[in-house]
Amino acid sequence: MSAILTIGLNHYLLLSAALFAIGLLTVATRRNAVAVLMGVELILNAAALNFVAFSHYVEGTVGGQVFAVFIIVMAAAEAAIALAIVLSIFRHFKSIDANDTSTLRE
Amino acid sequence: MDLSTLITPGTLFFFMLAAVTLVSALGVALAPNILYSAFSLLGTLGGVAGLYLLLGADFVGIVQVLVYVGGILVLILFAVLLTNKLGELKLNNLSTGLMVGAPAAVALLALIVKGVTTTAWPLTEEATAPTTARLGDSFLREHLLPFELVSLVLLMALVGAMVIARRAAKEEGRSVPEESHDRLVG
Repeated sequence: MSAILTIGLNHYLLLSAALFAIGLLTVATRRNAVAVLMGVELILNAAALNFVAFSHYVEGTVGGQVFAVFIIVMAAAEAAIALAIVLSIFRHFKSIDANDTSTLRE
Repeated sequence: MDLSTLITPGTLFFFMLAAVTLVSALGVALAPNILYSAFSLLGTLGGVAGLYLLLGADFVGIVQVLVYVGGILVLILFAVLLTNKLGELKLNNLSTGLMVGAPAAVALLALIVKGVTTTAWPLTEEATAPTTARLGDSFLREHLLPFELVSLVLLMALVGAMVIARRAAKEEGRSVPEESHDRLVG
């Protein structure tokens, strides 16, 4: 009981593993391109949480937090590009269903 | 051992934040309406921000709220609302392949849990908050090159996003700047 209630590194790693698995489930099952993007965001958050947890419990320095900030910046860039592509696809195909948009041209 | 001595505020906060994070992550994965998915993402991102604060990463937690909740989530909401015809919101988020996706996710989860619980992590003394000053120091000393590169990547990505989205608008014949240019020339 005390192993469960004393918060340690394993708690964060297991939580982030669950978050990663849910993100993978979202990416694998959704057909809407925007929903797939949300799954990618979940996966990125799980990875960043791992970095910060390791930085807190194992490394003892801020190296992991630097990586977490880089991950957040990359996620912002990715979301902006993805929104532009999704808008472009929607105007072209009138749909953002991943099954409908399997060709490079009309 | 007495249970009440074990439950510290830190423990309580961790389990509350973990519950919020996981429940809303499940909402993102399983909600029938994509708007509900997008709003569930708010809970997940907020919960992770709280966990960062709990881990002593105050700067990362604030950045998570500013960039993720204030920026990326709004972008995603725009994407959701711009790409769905009204009245069709419910139809456009059907899940397929749950039979394939769920076993894959569970298998991966089991693998990671096995790895986490059987590895002996070399624990050290914990980094204490506030870490903002040390983080800034690290950005401008040992991580200076990646820091400058990542800002360049962000700039390029945002300009590229604008170009892609604008070309899409132009194809639809809504381009105002071209017409005004013709008017100026003629």
